Amino acid sequence: MRNLLWAIPLVPLIGFLINGVVYLLSHRTKGAAHGHGHGSGAGSDAHTAATAPDVSPDTGHDPGHHDIPFKGLHTIVGVGSALIACLLAFGAVFDIGLKAFTEGASHSMTLWRWIPLGINQAVGQIPGAVGDWYVDVTLRVDSLSALMLLFVTFVGFLIHVYSSGYMGHEEGYGRFFAYLNLFMFAMLVLVLGGNFLMLFVGWEGVGLCSYLLIGYYYEKKFAADAGKKAFVVNRIGDFGFILGIFAVFALFGSLDFQKVFAAAAANPAAYTPYMTVLCLLLFVGACGKSAQFPLYVWLPDAMAGPTPVSALIHAATMVTAGVYMVARCNVFFRMAPHAMIVVAVVGAFTALFAATIGLMQNDIKKVLAYSTVSQLGYMFLACGVGAFTEGMFHVTTHAFFKACLFLGAGSVIHAMGGEQDIRRMGGLAKKIPRTYWTFFIATLTISGVPFLAAFFSKDAIKAAVFHAEFEAVPWLPKVLYAVALFTAGLTAFYMFRLLSLTFWGKFRGTAEQESHVHESPASMTVPLMVLAFLSIVSGYVGVPIIEHGDRIGEFLRPIRLPIAGLNEKGPHESLSLELALMAAAVAVASIGIYLAWSWYTKGEGRTPARLAEQWPGVYRAVTNKYFVDEAYDKVFVNGLALGGGRFLWEVDATVIDLIPNGAAAVTKGASWVASIFDQYVVDGLVNGVAGTLQGLFRVFRRAQTGRVQNYALVMGGGLFCLVAVYLLFR
Amino acid sequence: MTSGVLLTGAGGWLFVVLAVFALMSAVAVVVARNPVHSALFLLLSFVLVAAIFILQQAEFVGAVQMLVYAGGIMVLFLFVVMLVNPGVVAVGKAFQTQFDVALVMLPIFLLPFLYILGTEKLPDVAVKPDALRMIGDRVAGNTEAVSWVLFRDYLVPFEVASVFLLVAMIGAVVLGRRSLEKMD
Amino acid sequence: MTITLNHYMIVSFLLFSIGFMGVLVRRNFLTILMSVELMLNAVNLNLIAFSRRLSDLTGQVFSIFVITIAAGEAAIGLALTISFFRQRRTLDVEEANTMQG
Repeated sequence: MRNLLWAIPLVPLIGFLINGVVYLLSHRTKGAAHGHGHGSGAGSDAHTAATAPDVSPDTGHDPGHHDIPFKGLHTIVGVGSALIACLLAFGAVFDIGLKAFTEGASHSMTLWRWIPLGINQAVGQIPGAVGDWYVDVTLRVDSLSALMLLFVTFVGFLIHVYSSGYMGHEEGYGRFFAYLNLFMFAMLVLVLGGNFLMLFVGWEGVGLCSYLLIGYYYEKKFAADAGKKAFVVNRIGDFGFILGIFAVFALFGSLDFQKVFAAAAANPAAYTPYMTVLCLLLFVGACGKSAQFPLYVWLPDAMAGPTPVSALIHAATMVTAGVYMVARCNVFFRMAPHAMIVVAVVGAFTALFAATIGLMQNDIKKVLAYSTVSQLGYMFLACGVGAFTEGMFHVTTHAFFKACLFLGAGSVIHAMGGEQDIRRMGGLAKKIPRTYWTFFIATLTISGVPFLAAFFSKDAIKAAVFHAEFEAVPWLPKVLYAVALFTAGLTAFYMFRLLSLTFWGKFRGTAEQESHVHESPASMTVPLMVLAFLSIVSGYVGVPIIEHGDRIGEFLRPIRLPIAGLNEKGPHESLSLELALMAAAVAVASIGIYLAWSWYTKGEGRTPARLAEQWPGVYRAVTNKYFVDEAYDKVFVNGLALGGGRFLWEVDATVIDLIPNGAAAVTKGASWVASIFDQYVVDGLVNGVAGTLQGLFRVFRRAQTGRVQNYALVMGGGLFCLVAVYLLFR
Repeated sequence: MTSGVLLTGAGGWLFVVLAVFALMSAVAVVVARNPVHSALFLLLSFVLVAAIFILQQAEFVGAVQMLVYAGGIMVLFLFVVMLVNPGVVAVGKAFQTQFDVALVMLPIFLLPFLYILGTEKLPDVAVKPDALRMIGDRVAGNTEAVSWVLFRDYLVPFEVASVFLLVAMIGAVVLGRRSLEKMD
Repeated sequence: MTITLNHYMIVSFLLFSIGFMGVLVRRNFLTILMSVELMLNAVNLNLIAFSRRLSDLTGQVFSIFVITIAAGEAAIGLALTISFFRQRRTLDVEEANTMQG
């Protein structure tokens, strides 16, 4: 069975070809295909205010629409190829055996020589180059790719099944399954690739499929724009990644994972000077693919695509490719502590940043999108402190519960006839119970409720961050831990906010919507139930403290090659400290859950409304996603691209007309400058000083509440800061 | 952290029981709506903490805690609670509007404590069994040992404390007196 | 059951936080004062535990001074309570907001 590795990506590729050809042939005579079906609702693109309720429920039934041609064929080929790939994957992995993987087994299969350079001399003067200077098409499975393979194919299969129900009324049904199969092909090439170039081929492939699938409703402008945005931002990351791959090839003379990592681990002194730059380049690629700051902006807009796409690509598989790549290159990163610091800080910052934006979103899919960005930040934080296995553990549990959440959201949207704005939902728990219960379980998991899956994975990450040591910045790990803990509280809060507004309380939609609310068909609810079940149990492969409880850590241990001469700490064994950290996480999650319930269910949103009035500036900033998209638009889109063009045009005009216009312009300019100076500088200074001071005073006056207990609270906070500073800088 | 063991076996279990009850009655002090209930639970917690003191060979401090706190301060509290008509006090909201904020701050305050718990290092000396009863080489009682230290090494703070009590007494009298201008 | 200094520190910290929360959150003047007494008690507990651990009587002596100060502070606080009550006829701390603005 293991010799059928080549078949695993091939089967979905064949599925793509069949589906694609059949679809093209059957639609040749139809002209522009119509894309009805579940409206992709609240697509608030970067230019509109985020609170504009841009949600038009698209009921999705074209009265008198035709049957979809070859629907049965498309379904069987599409779902079938996913199923076969899944079975082959499981077969191959278990043929080699889980225990063998734990001991470091791997199996590779070289298909053909792709780039036969074969330069034998040491081309660069870089010492220790081991390469043979050629690149093969190689498929390789070791414990890390086995893990990815298992959950990618399984979750992929479940989503294929779900899509057969969700997209069942779409005219472009065949096109959808074709693209989905193509995606599976590219993702499997990425995971099974045995060298950097195969990884990159898969990397680009999933990027292409992301573009195709986000822009599936290509007739809607914001969907097409979102597809372009995703592709362009991804490309920026890919640029860094390509440079990184060039660097690897130049340094090592080979791109094969086995050879490169063995060489690096055996002779670290030769390579360490280059590692920081190399790792930063690779990390830029990871930021693009896995939506970290500042390259995260494509992910929320990608919600314009159909919900199964969001679940598969933008939650469970494609976006974790960046984490997979970083974990794969852990040997490099461990030799570059400064790069690790950057990774950890970017991850932690992104986690916090995205969580704060997610608090305020009103589109059910956008909340989940920002949640995904935030959780990805967690995974990079783990990798940044050296906890690569904990990061991959979270990747796995996240795939299950995030896919469950997205598919559940799709089910809700389906039930509400296309509505995606949670302000118009409510009280759905009794009406769509299966959707509700699976969504609830997944929400409990992501909030870090004990004994569910994410509790173990998030706690493993937090413990690793707490115990980490950075030589250059010794106080950093504790700060990152505080950020991680706080973000966990925010996560619990916004997820329960989502749950409260969607499923609890009173129904806030229209009467017509209420009459249409119905549970989804089995093709949609069965995957939900399977994923919810996995969300509960998948954490038990990584139980801390208990002897042999951390199976996933042992399973992935072989990819962490020991580096000669590098002393790395072993795991800590302090039981009481672990319990204290767990208790802190549970306390934070409980407070988040309690506050969300208290504010949104019991209080029906009065407290958040009051806070929004009291802090309008902060409210506006967060609701508008801190205006990052607007800034990018101004600086890069309008500034560099369009502005560059306009600038050149201007230069052309003025150069030609320079002499006659120049003299007049100079005179006009001089007098204008003088008047401006008087008006703005002199007067402005005076008024500005006064205005600024008034503004400052208005802000500070709010601190004088007159209530002693407020002062006590602030004193407590100040005391805490003093203690923290004292402890950190002792 | 440290390795010194303070209590083992039955004493340890006794500490656990006392501590749990003390914490529960402390929570009751903070949560109870009626101030009389709060005062009584506070009294209970004082007694339990005094018992914990005695477990740690601090008999004198335990006795002082009972006398001063339970016997003096609590009586004062109950006097005042009764003086202010309980009917007037029991109505209205019990918890401040900054409840939500304070609740969020609480785990934040937890962080330095966790940090200290994880990193502090005390010198690794064992606990001397009778140290708290000894004067020089002679084993006396805890009271005698405390007074030996108090009146020799800490005489000046002792005197200052007495002056403080005098000032507090005068201050309480002045503040509690009906002022001559305002009617009540 | 082996009790080390850590356990004492944890109990003392929890007692202190409960008291501190009480100070921040309750509206009744008297309850706030009682919470302050709780905090002082927690500090005493910590001092006694350290005194035993380091076999030094200084901790206990310090404890005695803390109790003394607590007594003085309780007296003054209660006198203030009575004065406040006479002025405003209520013990609600929210009413003491003339310093606002």
